[in-house]
Amino acid sequence: MTDIVATNETILVVGGGISGMTAAIEAAECGKDVILVEKAPSLGGRVSQLYKYFPKLCFPTCGLEINQRRMKANKNLHILTLSEVTNIAGDSGNFTATVKTAPRYVNENCTACGACGDAVTAEVDNPFNYNLDKIKAAYLPHNMAHPQRYVIDPSIIGTDEAEKAKTACKYDAIDLDMQETTMDLNVGAIVWATGWKPYDAAKIQPYGYDRFDNVITSVEFERMMDAFGPTGGKLLRPSDGKEAKNIAFIQCAGSRDRNHLTHCSRICCMASLKQTTYLTEQYGDDEEAKASIYYIDIRAIDRFEDFYQKVQDDPKVSFIKSKVANITLDEESGNPVLHGVDTEGYHRYSNPHDLVVLAIGMTPNVDISEIASGVSTDSSGFIQVNVDNGGIFAAGCASNALDVNRSVQSATAATLHSIQVVNKVSAAEA
Amino acid sequence: MRDKNAETMQKYHNDFLREVEANVEEGDWVHMCMQCGVCAGSCPLGDAWEHSPQKIFMMIRAGKREEVLTSDSMWMCTSCYNCIVRCPRELPITHIMHGLANYAHRLGIAPKMNPTRRFAKLFWNNIVKTGRVNELKLSISLYFMDGFTNGVKTSLEMTGMGLGMLKTGRLDAMGLLRSHGIKDKSGLHKALKKAREIEDARKGLS
Ligand SMILES: Cc1cc2nc3c(=O)[nH]c(=O)nc-3n(C[C@H](O)[C@H](O)[C@H](O)COP(=O)(O)OP(=O)(O)OC[C@H]3O[C@@H](n4cnc5c(N)ncnc54)[C@H](O)[C@@H]3O)c2cc1C
Ligand code: SF4
Ligand code: SF4
Repeated sequence: MTDIVATNETILVVGGGISGMTAAIEAAECGKDVILVEKAPSLGGRVSQLYKYFPKLCFPTCGLEINQRRMKANKNLHILTLSEVTNIAGDSGNFTATVKTAPRYVNENCTACGACGDAVTAEVDNPFNYNLDKIKAAYLPHNMAHPQRYVIDPSIIGTDEAEKAKTACKYDAIDLDMQETTMDLNVGAIVWATGWKPYDAAKIQPYGYDRFDNVITSVEFERMMDAFGPTGGKLLRPSDGKEAKNIAFIQCAGSRDRNHLTHCSRICCMASLKQTTYLTEQYGDDEEAKASIYYIDIRAIDRFEDFYQKVQDDPKVSFIKSKVANITLDEESGNPVLHGVDTEGYHRYSNPHDLVVLAIGMTPNVDISEIASGVSTDSSGFIQVNVDNGGIFAAGCASNALDVNRSVQSATAATLHSIQVVNKVSAAEA
Repeated sequence: MRDKNAETMQKYHNDFLREVEANVEEGDWVHMCMQCGVCAGSCPLGDAWEHSPQKIFMMIRAGKREEVLTSDSMWMCTSCYNCIVRCPRELPITHIMHGLANYAHRLGIAPKMNPTRRFAKLFWNNIVKTGRVNELKLSISLYFMDGFTNGVKTSLEMTGMGLGMLKTGRLDAMGLLRSHGIKDKSGLHKALKKAREIEDARKGLS
């Protein structure tokens, strides 16, 4: 990594999700020097973990592919994976960012042939599938991983397994002596795009995410639909592997709740509406396939009202205006039973379902105050637009709970701001 | 006797929400309810009473004054606090329910024969006398609330518990003759009188 040259005319982009990729590509295509730092072994962020994305219901692979091609074609862009920015000092036009890089144990020679993966037997939790299944300890993070390069999990370093992987590699790509490195980069402007994470569902005690196998989160549901996901693309419920047909979606799971997240996570209504279409995809017009959405009010943001209407017209989908009070388990069937009172008529219900999907809220991935001082955040920790933030500009879900469309818009805005900063630096130095 | 109920009705011109906000303990929280239904679904007695907190709050906003204040639902609240801990808007629901009950009682329109209301009255009259509860007198007045025959029946049913309380010193066998009151009883009475005056002035009941 010693070949990195950074100056105060360089733009540092932190986080390689859809927002960070967009910012990095756009700045680089404008001729700026860009360093993109991503914590995971590959780029793509949470969009790459979606099965399909609204509103057009296309697979994320197509959007990612375009971005990857633009990245490969650009010489101004330098990507650091398995890397984290741990500290930012200095001011707009002259920052020092400390970057810590974890060892991948695999170098640029890797062709992603997969021989190392075949050679090892040890398995580790697979974070790409939210740890719902296991993956070999020598692995490609996912099919669309960029860079297309394997990773050796640190847990097998120093064991025979690691040696097996090394021996199997025909390209001399495995380097078991790699160490963690830390370096300081001098940069002019920073785009902060570290995104979001799902709220910890176990904290919503009455819903029993930690007690009931058949209560899962919306992000896990996305992975189930993927042919390379933990259930091979089938909606099989965790407790007994039975096909889940009668599925409940609980909105505002953790959001709009002063006991959890006070903000509306904004995308989860659309996410659940989208996920009801997965039922049609799986079961056609099988009459047993039913989606029930329990909601306070449906917030189909922006111009997505038509999407909402289409879902309302689907006879498979019913809407229950009620925030579910609690969930119990019917031991015999393994069905979670939802209890509550609906607001349209105040009817008390106890409804069993095969599977419950919590439309989980979004919370910022990183607490920026631990890394840079003086950056303004709202009460939920999202970075606010504020001139006092100086040369640090938030993009995507680091700035708010946003869908892909709005994330990309905010990334473009952050790019323009950061270009202005480095242009000022160059003007001063000219 | 003056009709406090009619007076307040006139004062608030049927804007019941405003009346509740002004006169009911924690009543200014009512407009914060977003009708999600969590409280209604969380109440362990939920299906036993007619008006869940969710319903009561909507009825207040809809100006259903008579139905709310004469409802016996808020008298059924056992203060389990399930609704309070779950309400996404942190409404102090339990306190509002008790506040409404108390307000209806003060206006003289609370359901007369509601057992919780009657017990609350017995308890209050008992404790303010000496500053401490006289358990024996309280139990007897409670058991005999519905007449002599019922009283004897209930007393017999409760003998076991009474003996247990005697043994552990929770009940004074001589309670009918003496009360372990506090030292400054007249001080207590003065304080309570003052508190009532302040409350009445605030609620326009004086
Ligand atoms: C269930 C669900 C379904 C959704 N479906 C849709 C949909 O159909 N359509 C749609 O438009 N939107 C959808 N969304 C929203 C979408 O996921 C977000 O808009 C999108 O992920 C935002 O991208 P981002 O780049 O801002 O953040 P992220 O995708 O979170 O990317 C952030 C990146 O930063 C990296 N990172 C984190 N910390 C650090 C660090 N310290 N240093 C370096 N890198 C770091 C992460 O590894 C990650 O790669 C859905 C969301 C949910 C919850
Ligand atoms: S988008 Fe919908 S589900 Fe998500 S927090 Fe907002 S209202 Fe609730
Ligand atoms: S839980 Fe709170 S917000 Fe929801 S209906 Fe009850 S009082 Fe209203």
